[in-house]
Amino acid sequence: MSDTAVVAPPAAKHKGPRVKPMRLLLYAFLTVMALAWLVPVGTAVYNSFRYWEADTQPNGAFSLPETLTLDNYRDAWNVGEMAKTFGNTAFIVIPALFFTLLLAAMVAYACTRYSWKFNIAFLVLFTAGNLMPQQVLFQPLFQFFKRMPWPDILSDTDTGSLLGTKIAVILIHVAFQVGFCTFVLSNYMKTIPKEIDEAAAVDGAGVWRRFFKIILPLTRPALAALGTLEFTWLYNDFFWGAVLLNRGDERPITSSIAVLNGQWASDFNLIAAASILIALPTLVVYLILQKQFISGLTLGASKG
Amino acid sequence: MVGVPAALHIGLVWIPAALTVGLSFAEWDNLAPLSDIRDVGFRNYWFIFTVFEGDLFGALFNNFVLIIWLTICSAVGMLFAYLLDKNIRGSRFYQSVYYFPVVLSLAVVGFIWKSTMFSRDRGLLNTLWPGGPIDFVGDGTKIFSFDLPFLDPALGLSKNFAALLVAMAWRHIGYIMVMYLAGLKAVDQALREAAAIDGCNEWQAFRRVIFPSLKPINVIVVVITAIEALRAYDIIAALNEPRGTDVMGTLVTKSLLGEGGGRVGFGSAYGVVMLLLCLGFIIWYVINHYRESEL
Repeated sequence: MSDTAVVAPPAAKHKGPRVKPMRLLLYAFLTVMALAWLVPVGTAVYNSFRYWEADTQPNGAFSLPETLTLDNYRDAWNVGEMAKTFGNTAFIVIPALFFTLLLAAMVAYACTRYSWKFNIAFLVLFTAGNLMPQQVLFQPLFQFFKRMPWPDILSDTDTGSLLGTKIAVILIHVAFQVGFCTFVLSNYMKTIPKEIDEAAAVDGAGVWRRFFKIILPLTRPALAALGTLEFTWLYNDFFWGAVLLNRGDERPITSSIAVLNGQWASDFNLIAAASILIALPTLVVYLILQKQFISGLTLGASKG
Repeated sequence: MVGVPAALHIGLVWIPAALTVGLSFAEWDNLAPLSDIRDVGFRNYWFIFTVFEGDLFGALFNNFVLIIWLTICSAVGMLFAYLLDKNIRGSRFYQSVYYFPVVLSLAVVGFIWKSTMFSRDRGLLNTLWPGGPIDFVGDGTKIFSFDLPFLDPALGLSKNFAALLVAMAWRHIGYIMVMYLAGLKAVDQALREAAAIDGCNEWQAFRRVIFPSLKPINVIVVVITAIEALRAYDIIAALNEPRGTDVMGTLVTKSLLGEGGGRVGFGSAYGVVMLLLCLGFIIWYVINHYRESEL
């Protein structure tokens, strides 16, 4: 093989002997880098099973363990109230994901199927909106949620408004993410032949029926990819969960990190265990659905 | 059909952004009723650029360092993609390893790195860093700094922020790598062959043939890199804003959430500065993208 996929085979033959060591060097470089990439998580996983004061602190992170323990995980789970914060995350992420994908698919359908005047203008608006710094939206949104009456019975606060409810967080997530998803889905829907849609219309299927029965099933690959990507993004949100939900135990898990970090100043193995627990859901999704994940990301990059 | 999402997006993203621009010209305590909002013209801007210049320029400097740093990381990501595109055996494995930090929130990245890389006693960075043990994310002292005649606190890069930069690189490189890997796969094989026949060496082929053909990806990468650098917030806030790590994102949030909630005008003015910086890149991206599609 040539050291350059770029070079055509005949040319590669001429420099045959020089090629091998280069190739070896390349593999060595890639392997060393891969190991370096694994070090932060690897040491965190390893030390999360050890005691800090009795073991890692005196002996170092790379020493053999004196004892292995699950205590750090138990403590992180209990002290960090993770059952609660994981629950908060589920309460926010699942509806947000569902409505984001549904709404985005609708807009994308409308934009690509109908020669609609504002088509491009709207896509520009969504794309640009998605890149806005969140901090800039915060104060007016805060005031808006504070003044938006909301029955306490439908939330877990007693303010009588949307402020401090998870619904406010879901709303802003949907509003923010719907832009990117519309953009990706419309790119994808452009590749579905218009004739399919038109044939169904001729057969008497209404707009909604065509959308749910024909277009959505055909968009499934893009929805799967996008759903995977959006899941991690919503799960990973730090900002909105932190600024809109005041009390630490009301926050989703990612936003509760600042609280945990304040509480556990010095037990680094406890921090390691907590961070592994928090990272686990997205890592599992990534390991299982890696292909979806990467195609979701590149869907956004490819041009329709 | 389009009404609901459009209303939601405009109502919760664009209108608040516009209102923030309005509030940046006002004085208001956010606990007071709306009728208390007073127009003060450019006074907030005058304050943040003169009286609180240390805060503003310190944060802007960190954002600036971050842009430079992430740009370097983007180049490294491109290199990784280029190397992995060479018919590597086990390329899937390498790709997964470099990429996995991207699925983690920067807040989690900060937390993981704090546990084993940053700590004073046993952190790995301390083993590699020359000199005595440093409490990364606890040490606000500067690695380098320089005085500006019109600025009181010297600008510089704190050890805390440098430590965070390393953690951010860990995540950013994989992100950019995947983007370029997809782009490289799409490069027409005929182009490469033509370059080889014309006698290009590897660097020339990359520089003159492959890189230009990656233009759509390049545009996206530039925007992602710049916007990520300008919007940086999570990793700093998750670690409770160690000294010397202020960026525009934390500055805006702190002013808006600070004690008494009395600095809405300042916070909004900081926010507008941040918005203006982002806006250039956003507009450039939108123009580049939609010009070619179908206007």
